[in-house]
Amino acid sequence: MIEVRGLTKRFGDTLAVDDLTFDVPPGVVTGFLGPNGAGKSTTMRVILGLDRPTKGSALVNGHSYAKTASPMREVGALLDAKDVHGGRSARSHLLAMAQSNGIPARRVDEVLELVGLQSVANRRIKGFSLGMSQRLGIAGTMLGNPQVLLFDEPVNGLDPEGILWIRNFMKTLAHEGRTVFVSSHLMSEMALTADHLVVIGRGRLIADVSTAEFIAGGSTNHVRVRSPQHAQLAALVEAQGIAATPVDSYLELRGITCDEVGDLAAANGITIHELFQERASLEEAFMELTRDAVEYHAPAPAQEVAQ
Amino acid sequence: MTATTAAASPQHRELPTKPGSTLPRVMRAEWTKLFSVRSTGWTLLALVAATIGLGVLASWGTNHGWPQMSAADRAKFDPVSTSMSGLALGQLAIAVLGVMVISSEYSTGGIRVSLTTVPRRMRLLTAKALVFTGVAFVVGLATSFGAFYAGQPWFSERGIGASLGDPGVLRAVIGGGLYVAASGLFGLAMGALLRRTAGAVTAAVALLLVVPPLMNLLPGAWGDAVVRYFSSNAGQQISYTHQSGNYLTPWVGFGVYCLWWIVPLAVGAWLMERRDA
Repeated sequence: MIEVRGLTKRFGDTLAVDDLTFDVPPGVVTGFLGPNGAGKSTTMRVILGLDRPTKGSALVNGHSYAKTASPMREVGALLDAKDVHGGRSARSHLLAMAQSNGIPARRVDEVLELVGLQSVANRRIKGFSLGMSQRLGIAGTMLGNPQVLLFDEPVNGLDPEGILWIRNFMKTLAHEGRTVFVSSHLMSEMALTADHLVVIGRGRLIADVSTAEFIAGGSTNHVRVRSPQHAQLAALVEAQGIAATPVDSYLELRGITCDEVGDLAAANGITIHELFQERASLEEAFMELTRDAVEYHAPAPAQEVAQ
Repeated sequence: MTATTAAASPQHRELPTKPGSTLPRVMRAEWTKLFSVRSTGWTLLALVAATIGLGVLASWGTNHGWPQMSAADRAKFDPVSTSMSGLALGQLAIAVLGVMVISSEYSTGGIRVSLTTVPRRMRLLTAKALVFTGVAFVVGLATSFGAFYAGQPWFSERGIGASLGDPGVLRAVIGGGLYVAASGLFGLAMGALLRRTAGAVTAAVALLLVVPPLMNLLPGAWGDAVVRYFSSNAGQQISYTHQSGNYLTPWVGFGVYCLWWIVPLAVGAWLMERRDA
């Protein structure tokens, strides 16, 4: 269980985290979602006691993590997979971590096997790909068999197989009753992994909802239809109070299902060439929600320049 | 990766009955960290080679030039410190290692892993300092004895050498080991204070090697006082058997030298406790 209460972190003039309050409960994967620079990593660092909050608090299992007696038993965290001394072998790196908490050396081999790095255990980390480094970082989090796990952008640099692997891994951890808190800027990834979402932008809380609710709330559903008899079809649906907007070579209809459009067309002898339901992607839902909260916008598309 | 999901819980195997980051455990981890990077071995080798090598060179040279030396120079001759004159370079090797014990954590980002596994920052710093001091003292002591025994044979034909039984000689040779440990701690203190390798190494080289002789340019009695108390000028007295007038006595000098690392280390520790990692 992680409890964040009124958390504020200021770096000089920059307000990185602004009065955040949320819980991360055990037993589910909680996704921590936000555009780059939204304050996700800062929040995680404060939870781990690495950064000092300007205001507010972050408690792990009811107390401040910096005061814990058995750190690795309590929390496993992977912030940045490259936060390692490249001159060390994977095994030495993990061994030092284990020794610092009195964890037996055989546990090092167990976690190396768990992430599939046993064959490169004695190689220096310097030569590892980002994906291998991510696996090493995950191995480190599991050394103490902790109840609370934090992962900051863990799928970065992983190949599709690795992404699937980590997705299942996090779900398994949650099913075992652990608290799993994982950040990402990829909505699509979180939709597949997380049960619950904490969405932030510019350091502020935007949403704290179940993934299902978030998707339902964010989606704009409409039907598109292509027909040689657009005018007749538009008149028919409009008679039912449905708005019909021509978009490209289609009619876009809101508040009606494909089935209803098909039935209506058939009953009135209208030819239909194409008919489909269009859902706003999760990515679009997320961007919609965080549009005002993105720190760095790319320049707007060409038409603005042309003016 | 097939092992994955099942393997996510091989975890219920017994972990130690009292898990936790106690000081002895953190020290053990720091030992592993220190000796699992190659630079440690190379730096310690540099300490030994530079100290003994330069000591031999100085001893050979002094013996060679002895007939040309004035009576005054002969009176000031210290066979022990001459054989250990390589410490001037050796101190830098150990200081660089001391810097890197801390600064490499910051340059690699490893500090965030270290402080996540050992959130008590003072415990981490204490473990680092204790392990490093032990290593620096043992290797320094071996180096010091090595330099002494490698240097003395050059003096034997003229009968101007020293043996361990002579007054102050054992203290000076053991003092060489103490001086190495203190120099290492000076580097560690610079590392804790500045966190960056380049800056901390530069500070250590400047304050231990470059600036002390320059202080002789300062005029008058206050200039002499600055020279007397300045870092290595004070510290090296512990490895001398003859003290010239302006300098401190061996143990007072060593005590002053220790203040040179205790104060910045205390400030570094205070900053480490307060700063974001």
